[in-house]
Amino acid sequence: MAEETILAVRDLHVEFQTNDGMVNAVKGIDLDVRRGETVAIVGESGSGKSQTTMAIMGLLASNGRARGSATYRGQELVGLPERQLNRIRGKKITMIFQEPMTSLDPLYRIGRQIAEPLRYHARMSGKAARARVIELLDLVGIPNPAERVDAYPHELSGGQRQRVMIAMALANDPDMLIADEPTTALDVTIQAQILALLADLQKKLGMAIVFITHDLGIVKRFADRVYVMRSGEVVETGDTQKLFDAPEHPYTQMLLAAEPTGRKDAVPSDAPILLEGRDVEVVFSTGGSWFGKANGEIRAVDGISVALRAGQTIGIVGESGSGKSTLGRALLRLMPGDGTFRFEGMDISHADKRAMRPLRKRLQLVFQDPFGSLSPRMTVGQVVTEGLKVHEPSLKAKERDRRAIEVLEEVGLDPSMRNRYPHEFSGGQRQRIAIARAMILKPQVVVLDEPTSALDRSVQKQIVDLLRDLQKAHGLSYLFISHDLAVVRAMADYIIVMRRGQIVEEGPTETIFDNPAQPYTQALMAAAIDGTPFRRTDIEN
Amino acid sequence: MLGYVLRRLAGAIPTVFIIVTIAFFMIRLAPGGPFDLERPLDPLIMENINRAYNLDKPLWQQYFLYLGNLAQGDLGPSFTRRDFSVVDLFRTGLPVSIQLGGTALAIALVVGAFLGALAALRQNTWVDYMVVGTATLGITIPTFVIAPVLSLFFGVMMGWLPAGGWGGGRWQYLVLPVATLALPQIAIIARLTRGATIEALRSNHVRTARAYGLPSYVVVGVHALRAAILPVVSYLGPTAAALLTGSVVVETIFGIPGIGRYFVQGALGRDYTLVMGTVIVIAMFVILFNLIVDILYAVLDPRVRYD
Repeated sequence: MAEETILAVRDLHVEFQTNDGMVNAVKGIDLDVRRGETVAIVGESGSGKSQTTMAIMGLLASNGRARGSATYRGQELVGLPERQLNRIRGKKITMIFQEPMTSLDPLYRIGRQIAEPLRYHARMSGKAARARVIELLDLVGIPNPAERVDAYPHELSGGQRQRVMIAMALANDPDMLIADEPTTALDVTIQAQILALLADLQKKLGMAIVFITHDLGIVKRFADRVYVMRSGEVVETGDTQKLFDAPEHPYTQMLLAAEPTGRKDAVPSDAPILLEGRDVEVVFSTGGSWFGKANGEIRAVDGISVALRAGQTIGIVGESGSGKSTLGRALLRLMPGDGTFRFEGMDISHADKRAMRPLRKRLQLVFQDPFGSLSPRMTVGQVVTEGLKVHEPSLKAKERDRRAIEVLEEVGLDPSMRNRYPHEFSGGQRQRIAIARAMILKPQVVVLDEPTSALDRSVQKQIVDLLRDLQKAHGLSYLFISHDLAVVRAMADYIIVMRRGQIVEEGPTETIFDNPAQPYTQALMAAAIDGTPFRRTDIEN
Repeated sequence: MLGYVLRRLAGAIPTVFIIVTIAFFMIRLAPGGPFDLERPLDPLIMENINRAYNLDKPLWQQYFLYLGNLAQGDLGPSFTRRDFSVVDLFRTGLPVSIQLGGTALAIALVVGAFLGALAALRQNTWVDYMVVGTATLGITIPTFVIAPVLSLFFGVMMGWLPAGGWGGGRWQYLVLPVATLALPQIAIIARLTRGATIEALRSNHVRTARAYGLPSYVVVGVHALRAAILPVVSYLGPTAAALLTGSVVVETIFGIPGIGRYFVQGALGRDYTLVMGTVIVIAMFVILFNLIVDILYAVLDPRVRYD
């Protein structure tokens, strides 16, 4: 690699002045980006990977300060006055962000926003800028660019908004594009499209890309070189291939091993059916106004049949809006839905709240968001034992406490922490608390709604292991709802692929993963599973 | 949009009707009547007066009579200001209150928004502390303290401005009452603008604008302030209605012939029609300005659409 280095970072520190004193987010890192190459910065949340680039771009929060050096083609960026920095950012170095939904100004048309860097850097006239914007929108694959140029951000989907951001980033033919988790907030198939687009554009335009991500799958397929960051330091760096084949640092090894592994065996075909829903339908009416008349309906779940057997884990896979969470709630009778529902052979289709109450203990639900789903004003002990008070009111306080200790130990938490409040725990620990809250009731069926999605990969793996251990120990049946195919593959023995409220395909896990029959499933697999190169034509629909 | 406006205006009719009904019966529940004096009138005269004002009829009849007149735009005669109808009183008083309140509102908006934005842009500097400190002071000191102090100092002691009166609305007479009305509003609007601007400056789309090297006047003026104005606009609806319909305190202390005084005077004198008229005028202003705010919102924020 004889290409010249365009960005050289030396001994960069980033510090934040907080109420708890100085926080060192980045502790003296070195980093180089050469012309036209793709560099990935990998790390889990809090590793300092984003703050590194924020410091380079002069975008640190007002309580943040950068020290050290970051030179772009010989020009020192750290401490550069805003006016001079503005000659580089948006022109030579551009950036796209993790949050496509909020990174564009909701009050202005996208055409105007993409044109702004053209008008202020390239001094283009309004008319010329508009023509260039339409060209750019076409380049990033927005259909009908001449029309969409006048759309407002809220009229576009998340994927389209990210394309708009990319168009803005490309406007001035930059030397270097910093992409900060650009696909994390997007569905897998959209993710793949955006990544394919970036790879494609890089080939055409020859800019360098700095790719910040926590997703090693993306790194492997995308980057030439990798920097692995942890707690503000670069722990390992090297060519992607070498790093993946022979990681040296234990943390890198741990990250690489963090992809959930293992498979679950299918249950015998004569295992009794515990929870069953036939022809389930859930319809929402939309846009009902003050003066009546709903102007439409959304069939969130549109005629789906599911039968969950004892000891089985059914993975329900689909992208956002596919109706998978709604199906889970409808099966638990937590949401009104049409169809026939049975639990242990008993018809619960018309069971009201009161009739369901004795069954609730055996049908539990664990949510995605470990931050929002635990009451911040209750101690962990109270959170975990609350269900016992309802379902086993005869238990004495001492007995409840004993059960809490038992279940906390079982989910791998120190029971002496049960008098603390949820905010004192990490995301992974909170998810363990949420699981303990369900497990203390000794349920038979647990619906797990994206239980690992908000967690770092290494923590995800631990939660997956925990859920599998609990299943083995107690003979539980799971309905595992997720958009994350790697996790589903490790958890489920049967998979249902959903799209727009309907089943696209279902079958045993190996069949779905190894021989997907439907094009949509194939696209999902191609988008999510390691080792498949990006092909832009894969997923366009 | 036009359909939405018409629907909202149509929706205002039942609202006003309900307000009128509640106000009508509530004021009648208050003990005493418009013609009760310390020394009771001769019963015969009392009877005549009551007959003249229809007060001898059963309450429900009076209610329907009032509604009937209201439908024709007649708010009835004032009970305490003989020879004046309530409409006459408003015709002379309302323009005064609107001139006073409108001036105060415009000044409060311009000065408050400017100070608030300035404080946000200079967050945690002495400029910020000055604005926030002064604003807190402005909110805590009530108008019935500000008004006499201003009048005493600038009017009586220094003799620079008239200490009271209206003077046909000449500017010298406007300065002190407008200042009294505007000061607390400046304080509130400054605080609102400051908070909203700080939030907007931290938002992701402003970060995008900065990341793209746009000059700071574009980052702030185009991307941050427009977002920051939205909460101020929604505050302005009820505030405008309150300011334009007159302030009891300011009009009383400075002796200004607006309609703000009528509410209290009418209530104390059991001037039923005057109280009702004031209630109706204020209700209509509130409804109107909330509608204007909603329309402004749709103009400022493309995500808001009414259809």
